[in-house]
Amino acid sequence: MDETALRRTPLYDLHVALGAKMVPFAGYYMPVQYPTGIMAEHKWCRENAGLFEVSHMGQCSITGPDFQTTARAMEMLVPADVLSLAPGQQRYSQLMNVQGGISDDLMITHSNWEGLEGSLYVVVNASRKGFDFDHIEENLPPGLSFKRYDSLALMALQGPKAEGVLAALNPAVKQLAFMSSGRFMLGGMEVHVSRSGYTGEDGFELSVEDKDAATLWNRLLENADVKPVGLGARDSLRLEAGLCLYGHDIDKTTSPIEAGLQWSIAKRRRVDGGFPGSRRVQRELLGGVSRKRIGIKPEGRAPARDGTEIQDETGRKIGVITSGGFGPTVNGPIAMGYVETAYATPGTPLQLIVRGQAMPAQAVSLPFIPNRFKR
Amino acid sequence: MKFSKDHEWVTVEGGVATIGISEHAQSQLGDVVFVDLPKIGRQVKANENVATVESVKAASDVYVPVSGEVVAVNEELSGDPALVNRAPESDGWFMKVKLSNESELSALMDKAAYDKFVG
Repeated sequence: MDETALRRTPLYDLHVALGAKMVPFAGYYMPVQYPTGIMAEHKWCRENAGLFEVSHMGQCSITGPDFQTTARAMEMLVPADVLSLAPGQQRYSQLMNVQGGISDDLMITHSNWEGLEGSLYVVVNASRKGFDFDHIEENLPPGLSFKRYDSLALMALQGPKAEGVLAALNPAVKQLAFMSSGRFMLGGMEVHVSRSGYTGEDGFELSVEDKDAATLWNRLLENADVKPVGLGARDSLRLEAGLCLYGHDIDKTTSPIEAGLQWSIAKRRRVDGGFPGSRRVQRELLGGVSRKRIGIKPEGRAPARDGTEIQDETGRKIGVITSGGFGPTVNGPIAMGYVETAYATPGTPLQLIVRGQAMPAQAVSLPFIPNRFKR
Repeated sequence: MKFSKDHEWVTVEGGVATIGISEHAQSQLGDVVFVDLPKIGRQVKANENVATVESVKAASDVYVPVSGEVVAVNEELSGDPALVNRAPESDGWFMKVKLSNESELSALMDKAAYDKFVG
């Protein structure tokens, strides 16, 4: 990639000043780690509060004549129950392709912000932003409008002390339930706060105007419970939490059922369908799948990475690892991948081919670390 | 101590080379969580990939800068791979190789040249 074309987020200079190692990621310079390193950042987030910049992700809104019309239009693209979202409520879902594969995963919120009431506020992955925005906009029926927010920054405050940190700036954030959002004044700035994240911890995502991003970031870091965390630890945290990374654990060939995401599809949508690829999803819900995403625990200390072949005990290939590495909280190697369904039961012995050697492992249930979302 | 372009270091005593990775290399790798070392007795050739160092983030190959026979590996690293981060150019050594061709050492950089190389 032409590095001169890489974009800088509004917090770029602050990351550099903090000593971050900046790397190209999805068209942006992003901090992969700060001087303390991935291991320390990961553990800090599990025990205190980690602050991540995720401004590279895509934020957009869809507005129609009324919420029902807008929600029905979104349901043409995703398998989630969008219609039943109460104002401020948020849901995880997937943009589907006609083959029943996943074009991206995303967060959909029934907006309750002033001036945007009844709209859908959507956050998509950085690597898929261009495709997603075009795809959503092109598929909207007449009378609905699409808006991308290129001047909004996004950060995530995650960990058991996140609530206390935000409550020190505005106690009202404590009232937010998991997967709900609202607009709050934080340190004199207007911030769209949602109680969500992608680390398995309780936490918040904070959407704020670019011009306020540095002030909010510094204000949060003034709290001794908060330390900055880079994309390296973001990846190890979400892997321990058993959460999918687009392009690795889910892609245009995997269905939500194979990926174990059926929990994100409400009964009405399973029965009625009406989203791209719904026939495959319905067929798989009834008849099962031939491959499934599972957790994998290698024996020993050697991590098995993305792309590692999975074999049964006789040496036959039965699958592949889609995310793998070292879990700092687990204190050992962990992985996720797809295997033939017969091998998906927790406890099933597996072999991983690492550097040409068969390494013993077993299928385990996900997540590796119990989620601590505030229900 | 001499250095290779692949960021390994070598010291030699009595025809046996001790090999590890440089301070610069460990700082680039980040937290080391596993080191895969060659078997004792293995014959290795200069610039051959003989070991792997795994950080939280990624696996990186380690190339042996000299030819010979592996006569020892650092067993400490299996229980404490972070030793590579704490003491890369001393206690965090990887292996010892009985040299079969000492002239290969002349292809390596001294510390000043290596520091300039990683500049």
